[in-house]
Amino acid sequence: MKLALDQSRIDAARAAAARIARAVHAEAMTRTTVAVERATLRLFGLDGVDVDYVPLPNRVVDHLAAEGLLGHGAALPFAGAMLEHGLDVQALGEAVAQGRITLTLPRDIPAARAKARALAQTACARIRANVATREDKLESAALQRTPWLYLIVATGNIYEDITQARAAAQQGADVIAVIRSTGQSLLDYVPYGATTEGFGGTYATQENFRLMRAALDEVGDELGRYIRLTNYCSGLCMPEIAAMGALERLDMMLNDAMYGIIFRDINLQRTFIDQFFSRMVNAYAGIIINTGEDNYLTTADAYEAAHTVLASQLINEQFAALSGMAPELMGLGHAFEINPALENGFLWELAHAQLVRQVFPDAPLKYMPPTKYMTGNIFKGHVQDALFNAVGAMTGQHIQLLGMMTEAIHTPFLQDRFLGIENARYVFDTMRDLGEELSITPGGRIERRAQEVLAQAQAMLEEIEAIGLPAAIGRGQFADIARQSDGGKGLAGVVTRAEGYFNPFPELMLPESLEGGPA
Amino acid sequence: MSNSAKTNIVRPYGDTLDDGRVQMSFTLPVPHSEEAKEAARQLALKMGLDDPAVVHAAPMGPDFTLFVVYGQCRHSIDMDTITVDQPEFEVLDKAAIDALIADSLGRKLVVVGACIETDAHTVGIDAIMNAKGFNGHKGLESYHEVRAVNLGAQVDSADLVRRVIAERADVLLVSQVVTQKDIHVVNLRRLRQELDRAGLGQDLIVVAGGPRITHELARELGYDAGFGPGSYAEDVASFAMQEWLRRHGHQRGRQRGERP
Repeated sequence: MKLALDQSRIDAARAAAARIARAVHAEAMTRTTVAVERATLRLFGLDGVDVDYVPLPNRVVDHLAAEGLLGHGAALPFAGAMLEHGLDVQALGEAVAQGRITLTLPRDIPAARAKARALAQTACARIRANVATREDKLESAALQRTPWLYLIVATGNIYEDITQARAAAQQGADVIAVIRSTGQSLLDYVPYGATTEGFGGTYATQENFRLMRAALDEVGDELGRYIRLTNYCSGLCMPEIAAMGALERLDMMLNDAMYGIIFRDINLQRTFIDQFFSRMVNAYAGIIINTGEDNYLTTADAYEAAHTVLASQLINEQFAALSGMAPELMGLGHAFEINPALENGFLWELAHAQLVRQVFPDAPLKYMPPTKYMTGNIFKGHVQDALFNAVGAMTGQHIQLLGMMTEAIHTPFLQDRFLGIENARYVFDTMRDLGEELSITPGGRIERRAQEVLAQAQAMLEEIEAIGLPAAIGRGQFADIARQSDGGKGLAGVVTRAEGYFNPFPELMLPESLEGGPA
Repeated sequence: MSNSAKTNIVRPYGDTLDDGRVQMSFTLPVPHSEEAKEAARQLALKMGLDDPAVVHAAPMGPDFTLFVVYGQCRHSIDMDTITVDQPEFEVLDKAAIDALIADSLGRKLVVVGACIETDAHTVGIDAIMNAKGFNGHKGLESYHEVRAVNLGAQVDSADLVRRVIAERADVLLVSQVVTQKDIHVVNLRRLRQELDRAGLGQDLIVVAGGPRITHELARELGYDAGFGPGSYAEDVASFAMQEWLRRHGHQRGRQRGERP
């Protein structure tokens, strides 16, 4: 099943997206954020909270900001103080939090730089060991055929999540995503420890990551499969979550270059800086990112806004490339959200999904189920999900977030997940090679629709390039939501880099071909 | 057996009047076995089903079993005893609502909408507010006589109240989608307190909406109306305008710009 697409249009759209991303990236690299510096300290090994449960990375970074040193980055003052006081990472963090030590710019900058590099190398070694563990486990595990079955747990209690995740894995899930507590994206710190109280999800904490990872490894070993773990690398703590995920061997992260700006009203400048660092860490850790274009289709109309998905995917692809990410880790998102009442809607879903498949042949596409038009009619909902699965099977989607027939009612019951898996397995197996057997009528409805969406996406990207991405977002070009450069949450955490700013991670984590990578 | 035609007593209908046939599905945290099926059957009996039949039992991993059960419900309901608390209004179409506002207010009706507190879901408030609306029903932004201010999701109650005052809103629409551990009730109570503290008890028409919101619940929490699934902009706007008229004694032809 192949659409005839004008390759020159794809190339032109991609080139425009590359120029759009580079312009934003160049601007972003003149600044840093509190979250990037906290992530740096977390990668150094700083963890824990003070008596008021404020995480030590926050305490140290706030201290640096108060001392007017944040523009230099956390790495040099922190590593320099470790040398000067002969303290390890945690002891120094505690001393700073208790007000016993005031951080300064190190007198011996080359020594501090070397110390920071050594700390970063230790972190990189741990992350590389995680990558090796994952590769070993995947090698000895049964092959996971695509589309992978991706399921969500969302009880609010990490221990209950583990019960649900184990059951889902036993029923056939390939990927488990632990939904975060609603509102976590707007916290400017990462909660600490194992948590049992969340709303609509469970707090992303390093300890929760560790607990779920261990549980999935255990059940995976029992089943002879590797169960991938997903969390949410988004919001105000995007870089820190990336660091935590890399340290605890998560396999996927929801991570979008623009989602926070548009849907969470997080400051645009902050997001572009944070997404670069977080994607660099994700790429280094072999973590597949999942982008959030599906959200455009729940806010705007899925038929009319189809081209905004493709345009955004191309932008996300280019931002990811600037962070050193290979296409094989770019889980670009899209969704099955056309109004079921629309005549021939299934054809348009096929056209959209196949278009994305062909524009990004190497990307592990993430396909999202119907949500907007799901109702309390669970019987119809099950049919909607089956049609969604049919498109996923026919167009070779890679990561299929399974639809729940109770989507509109509650966070999934155990049986909802079971029925969702049963539905998907039936459709995937019975239609396994259908896509290879069918051809799309040349010049027919499906092909014309795909060509139309491609042309619209190209035009949109060229328009965005002309005015710049911030201005385009300011005009509400994505999801009909407008955001301004100096608006939104978290702008106060953006700092201009001082002369001599230093962060040891880009030169260790970025590939040589990229600016900021190894010299 | 049946005199339902006279007394208006009803039972579930399978394929014959008063056969009482119902279906349900549930999970028991036990391994799939004959004992598990018998347990499901006995549970159905306890629920008031005669002749329950476990028509499907599937193992969901080693620890859980899914059941589909049919049975005959023993219970019946007298329709004449049923009353439902629901907002009283006549559903008008967009043009009629616009005309009513123009005629009654002589200015635009100001509607502020938000999904409050920790809830990050804009889908409900967008369906009512955004110009495109939902399912072919245009949203309030597309109404000529409505000034619709959609604040999106995760709006703090105190911030919302300040905005309501700044916008001089006539109507406040509050959406709540997440209901785990009754967080929606907690959030709606908090907002009501903030509104009362700001003295917005009388003039402002406050409407709650969401998949688990009923009119009864909304009234209980001190809201003027509650709208559940399947409600569209015209439902909410019709209610709001008719409620406005009730409060303002059907005054018509007010001077432009004059506040009620």
